[in-house]
Amino acid sequence: MSTPVMHKKKKFGTGTIWTVLAWILGLGFFFPVLWMVLTGFKQEADAYSDPPKLFFTPTLDQYRAVLSSGIGTALMNSAFATIVSTILVLLLGIPAAFALSLRPVKKTKDVLFFFISTKMLPVVAVIVPLYVIVGDIGLLDNIWALIVLYTAMNLPIAVWMMRSFFLEVPSELLEAASMDGASLWTSVREVILPLVSPGIAATALICTIFSWNEFFFAVNLTAVQAQTIPVALVGFITGEGLYWARLSAAATLAALPVVLAGWIAQNKLVRGLSFGAIK
Amino acid sequence: MAAITYKKASCVYEGADKLAVDSLDLDIQDGEFVVLVGPSGSGKSTALRMLAGLEDIDGGAIEIGGKNMVGVPSKDRDIAMVFQNYALYPNKTVGENMGFALKMRGVSTEERKKKVAQAAEILDLTEFLDRKPGKLSGGQRQRVAMGRAIVREPQVFCMDEPLSNLDAKLRVQTRTQIAALQRRLGTTTVYVTHDQVEAMTMGDRVAVLRGGKLQQFASPTELYDNPVNAFVAGFIGSPAMNLMTVPIGSGGVQIGDATLPLEREVMTKLASAGLDTVTIGLRPEQLGIEHGAGFAAQVDLIEELGSESYVYAHLDDPKVKGLDGGPVALVARSAVRAPAKIGESISLTKLDGPVHLFHPESGDRI
Repeated sequence: MSTPVMHKKKKFGTGTIWTVLAWILGLGFFFPVLWMVLTGFKQEADAYSDPPKLFFTPTLDQYRAVLSSGIGTALMNSAFATIVSTILVLLLGIPAAFALSLRPVKKTKDVLFFFISTKMLPVVAVIVPLYVIVGDIGLLDNIWALIVLYTAMNLPIAVWMMRSFFLEVPSELLEAASMDGASLWTSVREVILPLVSPGIAATALICTIFSWNEFFFAVNLTAVQAQTIPVALVGFITGEGLYWARLSAAATLAALPVVLAGWIAQNKLVRGLSFGAIK
Repeated sequence: MAAITYKKASCVYEGADKLAVDSLDLDIQDGEFVVLVGPSGSGKSTALRMLAGLEDIDGGAIEIGGKNMVGVPSKDRDIAMVFQNYALYPNKTVGENMGFALKMRGVSTEERKKKVAQAAEILDLTEFLDRKPGKLSGGQRQRVAMGRAIVREPQVFCMDEPLSNLDAKLRVQTRTQIAALQRRLGTTTVYVTHDQVEAMTMGDRVAVLRGGKLQQFASPTELYDNPVNAFVAGFIGSPAMNLMTVPIGSGGVQIGDATLPLEREVMTKLASAGLDTVTIGLRPEQLGIEHGAGFAAQVDLIEELGSESYVYAHLDDPKVKGLDGGPVALVARSAVRAPAKIGESISLTKLDGPVHLFHPESGDRI
């Protein structure tokens, strides 16, 4: 009789350890973000104080300063590049993934490998030729150059992700739809797309995050006009030194849209994919 | 409603060196319930999918109502299909699932609602019309799949093992419901199963397939009484027919010390064919268990089903071989509690009914 009790105790013990560990890790990851948000509401003097101040009089001064420094253009540029490139990626990637998963051919594996192989080359290795090409076609410091690059950068990931979602759609569903008299396009619209919508949301979110945070292309191919938010953030590190509080406020502003996008996508993400379709 | 004709229809899968369906000839009458049955890999599902337009017809033709279906896409064949795993649209409600085909045909919302309601009534689904398939039990999902088929009033029903995901009790229940529904609607139905009990109980006629080839196409009783070869004989009936290859003696076949007498004409036929062995088939109900007379066997296992019992035994005679060349295992049915125990020596006698005889090599009926 004593064995099950001991077993139970032990289980309870390890469970607690995991919980504590998870909390420590979670707080460890979250703390810098929290500190950034807090610092954004401080005066520069408070931000620099040693030991660090946890309690202070919050102020919106830094946000006012950031917003008047012309960060709006960078935000708009980032939003435009992110939204347009994500839409392009979905428009190109979803049909490609659909074809590769539901109508596989002999070379499907090769095609998929080709897609992912484009991610294997370090970006640094191609930046010079890219710079020359972009310069030649006159798109330096033009947001469309970034849009094209972000689309190309995210397309392989989108195809791979969407393919795995399409693979989970039972092929009988398409067959059933065609027996019911639906054309391919109608079956896709009425049956397939609603099923993979969580996948589309996840893919869109990933593409949004990657495009929004992209720094390397942006810093090399843009200057003033097409500057995006990660590049603008670097601008707060000035020759006169670091303005911690202002930088924190700017960084918080920059992070907000992605957090928002993640929150919107979350509702979609948790829904089961094809529950109830078969068996 | 329409008749269906398979005319030397063949199908080959890419990369395979054998035909999945090999020159299939079937003549299915209007309103008939035909079951395609066979072990896995027999091509029964492929044959059905060719009819539905989900698999290409690579040779020959399939006609529905006299019209050749080669090259006609599924959506234009006016066939409804019930899939093994139902393939319900998870994002649509039961009502939308059932009405989808009508919507595709441009039937008005009102008319659609009426027809769906009628079908739901028949299948006892009325209270579930607004639910999503994910919230239904297996049996209810199966009925929705049926509903999706009948609401359309198609020319042909195709059913691909629609009962295999149900538990045993529900399967028996649904089996009779489907058969009754089909009789009531009178829609030509092609039904695929690997379960010979389903085949026997549901079909007006049953087509037995093996390795892509049609073995026999006949009524269930005809299949049971007159199987054309040893494969059909062994496949139809549960427990299976006892099949063994035995040496021919004078006046009959030799099993151990006993002789199973055969008619004079049969003996001359065997002699003229130049055979010294023959494959015989005896149904379990044709074997009586006695102590003394008959041929000796050792009891391996006894299954008591209450109303009847099955005695599994093996023969010791090395000259009598099973179809695989190994020792022979027999099963005898007893209408009463088994008159034997495990490990006991018993004697088996042949009771009434004909002895099925098959060629020892080709397996064809003699």
